Amino acid sequence: MTAALTIQGLKLGFYGVQVLRGVDFAVPQGSFTGLIGPNGAGKSTLFNAVSGLYRPQAGSVRLGATETAGMPPEKLVAAGLVRSFQLARGFPKLSVFQHLMLYGADQPGESLLAGLIGTGGAKRREAELSERAFGIARRLKLDHVLDNPVTALSGGQKKLVEIGRALMAEPKILLLDEPMAGVNPSLTEQIAEHLVALNRDGLTICLIEHDMGLIRKLCAPVIVMAEGKTLTQGTFDEVAADTRVQEAYLGRRH
Amino acid sequence: MLSYLIFTLTLCAIYGLLALSLNLIWGSAGLVNLGLAGFFAVGAYASALATGAGAPVLIGWGAALLVGATVGLVVTFATLRLRDDYLAIVTLGFAEVIRLVALNERWLTNGSDGISGIKAPLKAELGTQNFAYFYLGLATLVLVIVWALLRRLDGSPYGRALKAIREDQQLASFAGKPVLRFKLQAFALSAAIAALAGALYAHFQSYISPDHFQPLITIYIFLAVTAGGVGRPSGAVLGAYLVVIFLEATRFVTEWVPGLQPVQLAATREMLIGIALILVLHLKPQGILPERIPKAPVPPAAA
Repeated sequence: MTAALTIQGLKLGFYGVQVLRGVDFAVPQGSFTGLIGPNGAGKSTLFNAVSGLYRPQAGSVRLGATETAGMPPEKLVAAGLVRSFQLARGFPKLSVFQHLMLYGADQPGESLLAGLIGTGGAKRREAELSERAFGIARRLKLDHVLDNPVTALSGGQKKLVEIGRALMAEPKILLLDEPMAGVNPSLTEQIAEHLVALNRDGLTICLIEHDMGLIRKLCAPVIVMAEGKTLTQGTFDEVAADTRVQEAYLGRRH
Repeated sequence: MLSYLIFTLTLCAIYGLLALSLNLIWGSAGLVNLGLAGFFAVGAYASALATGAGAPVLIGWGAALLVGATVGLVVTFATLRLRDDYLAIVTLGFAEVIRLVALNERWLTNGSDGISGIKAPLKAELGTQNFAYFYLGLATLVLVIVWALLRRLDGSPYGRALKAIREDQQLASFAGKPVLRFKLQAFALSAAIAALAGALYAHFQSYISPDHFQPLITIYIFLAVTAGGVGRPSGAVLGAYLVVIFLEATRFVTEWVPGLQPVQLAATREMLIGIALILVLHLKPQGILPERIPKAPVPPAAA
């Protein structure tokens, strides 16, 4: 079976500093893959390169069987790869509901002509999407803040909106960059439950997270990055027992 | 007095179109277009030249729309990588280039003498007075149609995507929006509307010259949209009417204030309009008709 996402020999540097020095790993179809590594290992840069923010300088990224290295973000979203950001980002003047709707896939109403005159197809799709948006909002307990601008939400709710709008895009694979960072423990628990449920429903997830308790509980396989390379991978217990991983986190013993 | 009122209201409709054009590109898409007067001029000259060559007025307006959209696309392509201040400077330069071309390419535009005797539709049949009524009605009708279309666009998925691009262009691309396509289309449509306003203006004045297209017009329209409500078509139109009426009404300040010289009057008008804007923004920081965040439709009963 092909993996949902395959990364081979990915390299990327800025101003002569090589951040990614040949990353290789695969995210198996339907898995809840964890991506860990010490600060500066290149995890977020890897997400940026895979999701189209940066063009990789070398290597290959395949979504299913399709080569996607260098594709712009909007094409990748259309192909089913959706990501969240480490710092929750939003459109300040759009409501939560608009955020959800915005991320809806295949919107005929986004053609200029349909926007000006309004077409039946656009209206039907809008109705379908709003039903989906209500469903996702209920699932994430955002249904009582739908009309609020995102700037009026708590930090935790912003994180939930990030996840909710990503789901609206009907992704095949979701790249989550620390979705639980800065969130209180009970909400962390909730977000984790949501993610597990989504994964059980067939969504492939790749998660960057620093909380090893969460990684242990949620993720298999776990991929370890250090200094711009994949160090090792396996189950959490396997990588945790690996001396190279311990060295990467704690420094080499002398 | 009545014909002056009709003149003012016709000018209101034309400025209303300019305000709608600016509101689309600046209010919705977040692109600062200081070249509005340039697109206004392009449309005026396009229609004046087309009808001068024998085309009927409607064809002239069509030509203005087409040329406006084309020039809009050219400007967008030239400024693809620019945002904010840089885009503002380049578009300001663009408007000056258009004005200087109109001033110097005498073979085409007659230079500073301008183009006179621009065809006034049905003026011979209607007579001067009735023509004024007719043209007011026509200009207002065009404004209402464009307003209705843009209002619909504002509330559509297209408008939602534009506003997302305005707020955070990069994040919009991660929401799957082809940012470039939206910008090109919005800029072309906005330019076409400004050009249509120019065409309406040319056939209304029956005389145009490069002097008619000073950057001050752009500033007045920015003022109108800011005071009326950025990001809301109705607000832009309201702002345009207020600005034009305010500008025209202050012409009569000399009659109320004895001893004011015409030069002082001109300066006083600018001051008054500045004070009025400060007042509006103090009382209604988002403009008189602020941008609305649309409510979610009533959800189906929870299953």
